[in-house]
Amino acid sequence: MLLEVEHVTVRFGGLTALADVSVQVDEGEVVGVIGPNGAGKTTLFNVVCGFVRPGQGELRWRGAVLRRHRPHQLADLGIARTLQGLGLFPHMTVLENVLVGAGRHSRAWFGSGLFALPRSDRDDRALRERALATLDRLGVADAARSLPGQLPYGAQKRVALARALVAEPALVLLDEPASGLSASEMDELADIVRGLKQHTSVLLVEHHMDLVMAVCDRIVVLDFGRCIATGTPEQVRDDPKVLEAYLGEQVDATTQEVADD
Amino acid sequence: MSLLRRSTLLRNGLLALCGLGIMLAVTEGLSDYRNTQLANIAVTVCAVAGLTVLTGLSGQISLGNGAFMFVGAYTVGLLLMHNPGTNNGELVLVLAASALVAAVAGGLVGVAAARLRGPYLAGITLALALGLPALPEYSHFQGKLGGHAGLNFLAPNPPGGMNFFRWQAWVCLIGAVVTLFLLANLSRSRVGRAFRAVRDDEISASLAGLSVARVQILAFTVSAACAGLAGGLFAVINGNVLPSGFPISLSLSLLAAAVFGGLGTLSGAVYGSIIVTLLPQWSYDLAHAFSMPDRVQLNLPQAVYGAGLILGMLLFPLGIQGGVRRIWALGRNALRTKPAGN
Ligand SMILES: Nc1ncnc2c1ncn2[C@@H]1O[C@H](COP(=O)(O)OP(=O)(O)O)[C@@H](O)[C@H]1O
Ligand SMILES: [Mg+2]
Repeated sequence: MLLEVEHVTVRFGGLTALADVSVQVDEGEVVGVIGPNGAGKTTLFNVVCGFVRPGQGELRWRGAVLRRHRPHQLADLGIARTLQGLGLFPHMTVLENVLVGAGRHSRAWFGSGLFALPRSDRDDRALRERALATLDRLGVADAARSLPGQLPYGAQKRVALARALVAEPALVLLDEPASGLSASEMDELADIVRGLKQHTSVLLVEHHMDLVMAVCDRIVVLDFGRCIATGTPEQVRDDPKVLEAYLGEQVDATTQEVADD
Repeated sequence: MSLLRRSTLLRNGLLALCGLGIMLAVTEGLSDYRNTQLANIAVTVCAVAGLTVLTGLSGQISLGNGAFMFVGAYTVGLLLMHNPGTNNGELVLVLAASALVAAVAGGLVGVAAARLRGPYLAGITLALALGLPALPEYSHFQGKLGGHAGLNFLAPNPPGGMNFFRWQAWVCLIGAVVTLFLLANLSRSRVGRAFRAVRDDEISASLAGLSVARVQILAFTVSAACAGLAGGLFAVINGNVLPSGFPISLSLSLLAAAVFGGLGTLSGAVYGSIIVTLLPQWSYDLAHAFSMPDRVQLNLPQAVYGAGLILGMLLFPLGIQGGVRRIWALGRNALRTKPAGN
């Protein structure tokens, strides 16, 4: 197993955001996490990333327990994440945004940067090639010199994805990657996610059921912090408990998408 | 040509050498008074360049970089006082020590600063600028740091019978150009990108593998080292250091220069330093050009200085460098025969 989340419980004051939740992701797997708004999906990601410490339960990465890990250590472990919003660096160009994400591939740091040693230039050139290749793969290489704010929303989403993928992580956590995308962009996203599988496992939070059903090998359903179902897309779709949790959600879904933008 | 494009060292190094060569040649034709002014501008450039990297690139505010100038100046003061007969070669080491000691102090402050944001950071750095320069006056340190009267020492003599004031300008110009060269390298490197990433979005920066606290401490250390060097040069050209030489207004004028020149740009740091160094003199001259009562004449420079800075900020909200860039862009668009897009 690549990632194991075991019996994790998170409380914010009186609110239980996650209650005894377990999720596993194996190599080459795409695992979906679905559930109504406020179900605890983002909190689950925050636990994995070390932004939130679980009250109970533990995490394992490639079999080793992750204890008191910090978000900035994830990149070296091989875990990347996109945020529910965009989280791009607004005053840096698209290329620079992706270069920051590629940082783990460079050893050049303060000394070589200060004195402009050849090593700094060499590492930077290699990062640049990587970053441009990743932007190209996601179809936004033309925007390399633009600021993120100058691009349409869908393109910004790709840049955020490029920044996560350029690190070549073993696992990428995608928090609502399809929110705000058009139908055709969503199809392309599905192709991208499926294409990742060879090298990168995916943990995907998403509201668009078509996408989730199309790309996921397994789905975990959260409701009010509890895991109410898990299984293949077909099993989950036919589970009466899931239908019950989503009853009334259909009405919310439209308002929610607006709120996410 | 392509080598020049590929090598940051070659590009920035050539630029620095050319700039330095021109400036050193310029000192030849300047009066003693002008050379002293030039030296003072160069000293200010060191400190402001460090501050503009801290505030403009890493997004941390410091109202207290004058305190690190104090640290650098007293480092030089103590070293020169206890080592009379220091020659010009050794002066390089003494000045490096001023940057190093201030860097250590800056690192320590940075550890505290990395936990603080906005107004809290402004507050603690302000307290530092107020408290640290008072250190020599505490009875405990009076013996070592000279108390109220400060430290007196002899700076090395100019080599080969060179004009004293010209030599001072040379020392400070070399210090400023080395500072700008190193900061230009750093801003362009992965470290400079890390500074800006942390400034723009701390959560995304940490997810990209950057330890936000470590990056912020590094920025603080760098800016303190620059201020320390500025303080060291300040000590060398004055031949003494006094606790009163580092008032809070010094720290504030450094920040004013960085903002005025255009935050985060090294060329802006140069423009801003020229303005804040010369503006008091200009406003003094202006006040004296009209015969006015003494009381007005004495206070007018401060008023003109303040009004000038405010006016400048209103005219150029992005600083002088921002204004230059805008004029540049306007000119380029005007030269194009066809309007570009919409
Ligand atoms: N840092 C926090 N402090 C307090 N409550 C939080 C915090 N983060 C999330 N919550 C609460 O936890 C619940 C789960 O939120 P979240 O994980 O964002 O849900 P989802 O991503 O599934 O929509 C919500 O009720 C939310 O208000
Ligand atoms: Mg969420």
